[in-house]
Amino acid sequence: MSQPSLVTKDLTIRFGGHVAVDRVSCAFRPGELTAIVGPNGAGKTTYFNLISGQLSPTAGRVELLGQDITRFTVSARTHAGLGRAFQLTNLFPRLTVLENVRLVVQARARRGFNLFTMAQSHRDLTEQAAQVLEQVRLTHLADQTVSALSHGDQRKLEVAALIALKPKVFMFDEPTAGMSVEEAPVILDLIAGIKADPEATVLLVEHKMDVIRSLADRIMVLHNGALVADGAPAEVMASDIVQEAYLGKELTDV
Amino acid sequence: MNRILSGDGPKSWILAVVLLIILISLAFAPFLFPGSRSLETAARICVFIVLVASYDLLLGYGGIVSFAHTMFFGMGAYGVAIAMDRMGTSYSALALGILAGAVAAGLLALLTALLSLRVRAIFFAMITLAVASAFAVLVSQLSGFTGGEDGMNIRIPRELTPAFRPLDERVLGQRISGKLINYYVVFFGCLILFLLMLRIVNSPFGRVLLAIRENAFRAEAIGYRVVYYRAMATCLSAVIAALAGSIFAIWLRYVGPSTTLGMEIMLDILLIVVIGGMGTMYGAVVGTAIFVLAQNYLKSLMGGMSEATSALPLVPDLLSPDRWLLWLGVLFILSVYFFPTGIVGRLRGTR
Repeated sequence: MSQPSLVTKDLTIRFGGHVAVDRVSCAFRPGELTAIVGPNGAGKTTYFNLISGQLSPTAGRVELLGQDITRFTVSARTHAGLGRAFQLTNLFPRLTVLENVRLVVQARARRGFNLFTMAQSHRDLTEQAAQVLEQVRLTHLADQTVSALSHGDQRKLEVAALIALKPKVFMFDEPTAGMSVEEAPVILDLIAGIKADPEATVLLVEHKMDVIRSLADRIMVLHNGALVADGAPAEVMASDIVQEAYLGKELTDV
Repeated sequence: MNRILSGDGPKSWILAVVLLIILISLAFAPFLFPGSRSLETAARICVFIVLVASYDLLLGYGGIVSFAHTMFFGMGAYGVAIAMDRMGTSYSALALGILAGAVAAGLLALLTALLSLRVRAIFFAMITLAVASAFAVLVSQLSGFTGGEDGMNIRIPRELTPAFRPLDERVLGQRISGKLINYYVVFFGCLILFLLMLRIVNSPFGRVLLAIRENAFRAEAIGYRVVYYRAMATCLSAVIAALAGSIFAIWLRYVGPSTTLGMEIMLDILLIVVIGGMGTMYGAVVGTAIFVLAQNYLKSLMGGMSEATSALPLVPDLLSPDRWLLWLGVLFILSVYFFPTGIVGRLRGTR
């Protein structure tokens, strides 16, 4: 089995007396898509925030590609190989679609402190950005302002930006939230495409069982901040503790 | 042309015409508008374009509110004045003064930025207010060094003073004097600084600033260390403001708290940025031209109008020159009401 790319060790955060994430230890490997499930308030997004650096843990550590990144800033983690798409659409609303992706490519190329050249003369960056847009079929909207896009296209752009970042670890927080039935499959296809790369480690927070069933290689169940089950989808979905804690009803429905 | 403007043209033909008129008027001001008062106005417009544009770099592009911009402006001006005072009049003292002012402004800006921007952008605004007030008090108290409230007269090199007459004959009806040379130092100095800023805001760095203004959280998430970019913007803006201050000091041959450090100047800068259009750079040009002209000529214009309407009831009173500040205020309110994105934003048709 390949070396884990992302490891959390006893990762814990307390808000006052409330333990939001409780000693979660887990290893994620390249070529594997892990779905993180659990009822609302189980600590899924908080766990994500601890990994990507929006929150600092009370205890425990995060390792990325063998490096301890627990004290890294958000941007340093990004450069170390962590990429995240957010639950609520999070883009640069008044910039164009192309510029949104171009800025990501520029960040990865570390040319942000280039003060005296014209941004448009960095053709290689623009071309890379255009390629990614082509890949997600957003080329026809390249010059549109993001705020003029439909919700579905905005989510698509967010995935595009993540692809442009070329991270080692991809984190998706409910990528299809708020999308129509017609729009959602496009996003899922994109995620399936990312997953097809054996180098990519994918973490996915998701509620929809059909999505999990079609994509996940492994399921982690969080409940009250603690990891209560972790394993192959069929195994986890069948286990008693999961049935009781969370999945019970939905599974019997199927 | 595209390279000179850094690929950021006016994008509106009306704006292009207006900018061209301003550029030509300033470039040929000594010949088009003879007289020392109009030359003073033209030089003031040049310097303020740079000062306001450097503030726009911070506010319009970086989304950072600062109240210390006149302090940096003043540091450049006092740098020149103090260097000339201590070392005697020479070009090396002049260069050293300019350099010292710019470096001091840059360092102080960096320090303030790293201390406060790390926390939250709003703290920066408050801290700049405190630092600027402290600096103003310091300048007025250290009178042995800075001339206190009286300010300092600067003895600039003779080649830049009206006494210098390199040519006997007139050129285009104008006597060529050191004053004229001085004006062109101001004009070209300011032109270069403005084009430099236009380049900076259209560079990869400028794009990051826009991104941070739009969504700092995301900028950080895709790998830009926001606090460093903000600190860099603050630093650049301070250095350019200091250079503008040095140019202004050389032109006026005087520096004092009222010409560089006053809160009124800070308010003028804020007003001009808003009227001209934030985050456009060209807004600084159009806004400054209108503002400085209004400040200098509205009074006399109103005097003339008041006399012309003396036959009518009430109107002459309203147009009395003493009411000029009222009308300036009305102009501001109207312009902010009708052009919320500033004149340039309006001309470019952006919402």
